[in-house]
Amino acid sequence: MNIVVCIKQVPDSAATLKVEEPSNVSWGDALLIINPWDEYAIEEAIRLKEKFGGKVTVLTVGTEQSKEALKQAVAMGCDEAHLISDPAFVGSDALAMTYILAQAIKQLGEVDLVAFGKQAIDSDTGLVPAGVARRLGWPLLSYIAKIDEIDPAGKSLKVTRLLEQGRQSVSSKLPVVITAVKEINEPRYPSFMNIRKAGKLQIPVLDAAAIGADVSKLGATQAATQWLKVFPPPARTGTVEMISGDSPQAIAVTLADKLLAEKVI
Amino acid sequence: MDFTLTPEHLMIQNLVRDFGQKEVQPTIKEWDRQQQMNPETLPRMAELGILGICLPVKYGGQGFDYIALGLVCEELEAIDTSLRVVMSVHMGLNSLAVLQWGTEAQKQRFLVPQAKGEKYAMFGLTEPGVGSDVANLASTAKRDGSDYLINGEKMWISLATKAHHILWFAKTDPNAKNPHEGITAFMIDAGTKGVTCGDLHGKLGVRAGSTGWVNCSEVRVPQENRIGEEGEGFKIAMSALDNGRYTVGAGAAGIIRASLEASVKYAKERQAFGKEIGKHQLVQQKIAYMVQRYEIARLLYLRAGWLKNLGRRNTRETSLAKWYITDASFESANEAIQIHGAYGYSDEYDVERYLRNSRGAIIYEGTSEIHQLMQAGYALGYREDGELRCELPKYDPKVWQEE
Repeated sequence: MNIVVCIKQVPDSAATLKVEEPSNVSWGDALLIINPWDEYAIEEAIRLKEKFGGKVTVLTVGTEQSKEALKQAVAMGCDEAHLISDPAFVGSDALAMTYILAQAIKQLGEVDLVAFGKQAIDSDTGLVPAGVARRLGWPLLSYIAKIDEIDPAGKSLKVTRLLEQGRQSVSSKLPVVITAVKEINEPRYPSFMNIRKAGKLQIPVLDAAAIGADVSKLGATQAATQWLKVFPPPARTGTVEMISGDSPQAIAVTLADKLLAEKVI
Repeated sequence: MDFTLTPEHLMIQNLVRDFGQKEVQPTIKEWDRQQQMNPETLPRMAELGILGICLPVKYGGQGFDYIALGLVCEELEAIDTSLRVVMSVHMGLNSLAVLQWGTEAQKQRFLVPQAKGEKYAMFGLTEPGVGSDVANLASTAKRDGSDYLINGEKMWISLATKAHHILWFAKTDPNAKNPHEGITAFMIDAGTKGVTCGDLHGKLGVRAGSTGWVNCSEVRVPQENRIGEEGEGFKIAMSALDNGRYTVGAGAAGIIRASLEASVKYAKERQAFGKEIGKHQLVQQKIAYMVQRYEIARLLYLRAGWLKNLGRRNTRETSLAKWYITDASFESANEAIQIHGAYGYSDEYDVERYLRNSRGAIIYEGTSEIHQLMQAGYALGYREDGELRCELPKYDPKVWQEE
């Protein structure tokens, strides 16, 4: 199978974010990591490759620094990596990002499956996978908790989607775009062998021309969405009450009474 | 001067940190209470390749440098000292000694399975009656044809009941004029007839590790198992300690970091006198000292690793790193307990384990007093390092990563 995983480099989930006027968010020199949801997509792609053969190509749109995220993906077991980078991309919004990624994917030959994490932990829109699927004209299977069946030769698959209302079983033709939720697998550690490989890897950089992108559609001025105002959410308020009692039973009764009084249960 | 770690270093660090946090941290308190080593630990470290981290790929290792070894030790000991101890004996004291002093045939026989983690390795220098005074060890090795017959007992041996190979030091010439020159090193398979071993319990710290004794009674060892020349054992032991001490120092930096992180977290949670305790200046002072100690620790051990990478003698720098960082880790863990108050005194929190674990390293692999003598010796010009017949090979990524 020819599988593509699209990843995003994001600030570590433990980073302290600060809002800078008027509408910018800063994380200082915090560690940058692969968007944690994307690790599930990487893991699933590697498992499919191990089962059916083929290769996994990992893509990201970013700067030179984003190569670290690509190397991490190669260290986990991806075969190839491309950095998609061009000064013209700066300021692009989610809509433009879907165009950039779809153009890049079109350069990679016959692709069977494109995998994403369900969303990125920084901007959290979850828009990009759907937009990429639309631009490629492929089905989108989002929030996948399990790939139940996949037939690369017959070009079909059946998956379980995890929705707020419950689980949904869906079949589709390949090629397809999927987004992964954490129930799908347990991402592996990189291996030292693949860390060696990643260390030596020269990552090709694809610019706007290389992916055939029309730069007049890109950048901050062309963005369909704008960040008018960014502000920190109000600090949570609340109080903690420690319940004590003579026995676990007594504590449980007090707790249950309080929860009933608060109409929690 | 470039202080940057490479992307490979950072990935190695993350891998080992993930392993420790996901697979060891959740159960370490239980193993520590039971004074047992988790039976999964060594096989998992082997499977991940940690046991061959800085050995050449052609010998079954992972092909990374000595800095990577230090980083691995720091990450392991930030979780529990018992994990780092594995690297000290298996890699620092045993495998690197074989890499440095072993013949090609010995590397194939001993180093390859050790690098792959198929065999675990330990180091047999300390005896019931001999610690710092190495030259007076009592174990003997007598020639018997082309073999040696080995007798004696080794004590405080890490992985005593777990490891397969022991680098054993014995007197081949008990009457040597210079007792340092009467010692010879041997690699002994723990399965050989006459080798017995057992674990010791009741230690203050590193309770989730295996520490014990190994006894040799008329153990027949072929000449091919002799590492180096007859009489070269003392030099081999001391050069092995240059590597073992490096792992101990780097690891102790992990205790400082863990103490600092636990203290910062607790200082922001715990309230006293109407504000979080981190707002009190004497708590801040303790945290400031931990930051200072951690930064010094990193600089000291990474410099020693850098010298090893260059193939330069680092006995002085490694000794300084080990002495400073182990003392500093004990101080940091102790202050972390103080910040945690009564909770820190209980095993509900990790910091009491950090304190207990940090204490041993002030004794083993050169007591702090021995390191003070060494440092004074260098400063006063009483001590200098002579050349060795075999030096630790410098790190060459091409050679190390050649498949």
